[in-house]
Amino acid sequence: MTRITPAKAFWLKVTLHLTALMLLIVTYYQAFTDQLGAEPVKAILHFTGIGAFNLLLISLLISPLARYLRQGQLVSLRRPIGLYAFTYAACHFASYLIFELQFEWSLLLSEILERPYISVGFVALLILTILAITSTKSIQIRMGRAWQKTHNWVYVASLLVALHYIWSVKSELVQPIIYVLLLSILLATRRAKCLKLFKLAFNKRAKTQQTKKKLA
Amino acid sequence: MVVPWIGFSLASLIKKVSPLSSAKYVVFETLYDPEQMPGQRNRFTGGGIDYPYVEGLRQDEAMQPLTLMSVGLYGKTLPPQNGAPIRLVVPWKYGFKSIKSVVRIRLTDKKPSTTWEQLAASEYGFYANVNPEVDHPRWTQASERRITTGGLFTRNRIPTQMFNGYPEVASMYADMDLSKYY
Repeated sequence: MTRITPAKAFWLKVTLHLTALMLLIVTYYQAFTDQLGAEPVKAILHFTGIGAFNLLLISLLISPLARYLRQGQLVSLRRPIGLYAFTYAACHFASYLIFELQFEWSLLLSEILERPYISVGFVALLILTILAITSTKSIQIRMGRAWQKTHNWVYVASLLVALHYIWSVKSELVQPIIYVLLLSILLATRRAKCLKLFKLAFNKRAKTQQTKKKLA
Repeated sequence: MVVPWIGFSLASLIKKVSPLSSAKYVVFETLYDPEQMPGQRNRFTGGGIDYPYVEGLRQDEAMQPLTLMSVGLYGKTLPPQNGAPIRLVVPWKYGFKSIKSVVRIRLTDKKPSTTWEQLAASEYGFYANVNPEVDHPRWTQASERRITTGGLFTRNRIPTQMFNGYPEVASMYADMDLSKYY
């Protein structure tokens, strides 16, 4: 297989920008001009929601794929894809607030607090927001080792997104199950790391509980 | 969405068959024809539903003059996606009660097991009366977007009204706990 050179990686990025951005612009244009069926709000929410999940899964695919194909340049695609996942998720939330709830702030608050599927989706968005803010090269250098720790939270976010999707459907579970399977495969390719993170979090909790007991 | 249905009262049809006094419920069944309705081929393509789709009403609900057997909308006959050739419309209940493409109506003394009760009984009850005070377990039902034309920016979120704004049906449920019989 031919090596992906930096120049080729550049064109891959251009393709990514054109596809992800154009799809978003075209869909919103259709919604604004009433060309998305009887329920444009629903159509926009579904498009941005599933789009964000697709992009998140693709961003998680990059590292194992680059390692498997021995194509290091692919990794340069990971950040822009992750940022597009955040962009779609932000559009999803903004559309929910603006078009679905129509700025009923009290309803937004009660839905986030009372509806588990909204709660987990909102937490996932908060995580993605932090990851997007800390994604620049300069912040990455300044954060040092904390950067990788912070960005490991993408695994938690991806699980919350899957939960958000499953809990949001009424009875048609086939597509959500396919997404969960894909996510499981992607997490399984980094199972050692995920298990380590899980144990670390668990040990930390056990330790704080021990200290609490001692203090009591 | 406010739809101008065309049809006739279900009551007039039921009166024609002079039901027995033991008839307590009316059960409806949708056409089962996977050739015409490919979603019915299996549960995976059909949203997990065990076809044919079944719905039911209590006898008094079925006799309420608002309960409509519809054959058209907007001045035209029903297109397939709206439930051609004939469907039920129960305007004070959530949409899933208004079964489409009805091929069988039975009068019975037993409460039927309806499709959405079979799928998720904790979320979709037999009565399914529009009620802003009883939330669906996963989302609010206190307000709604009334769909019209105008695209994304239409300001259409309105408070949902009890019985969808048909107070004349309230007396049928006077002695019932509507949070229990949702």
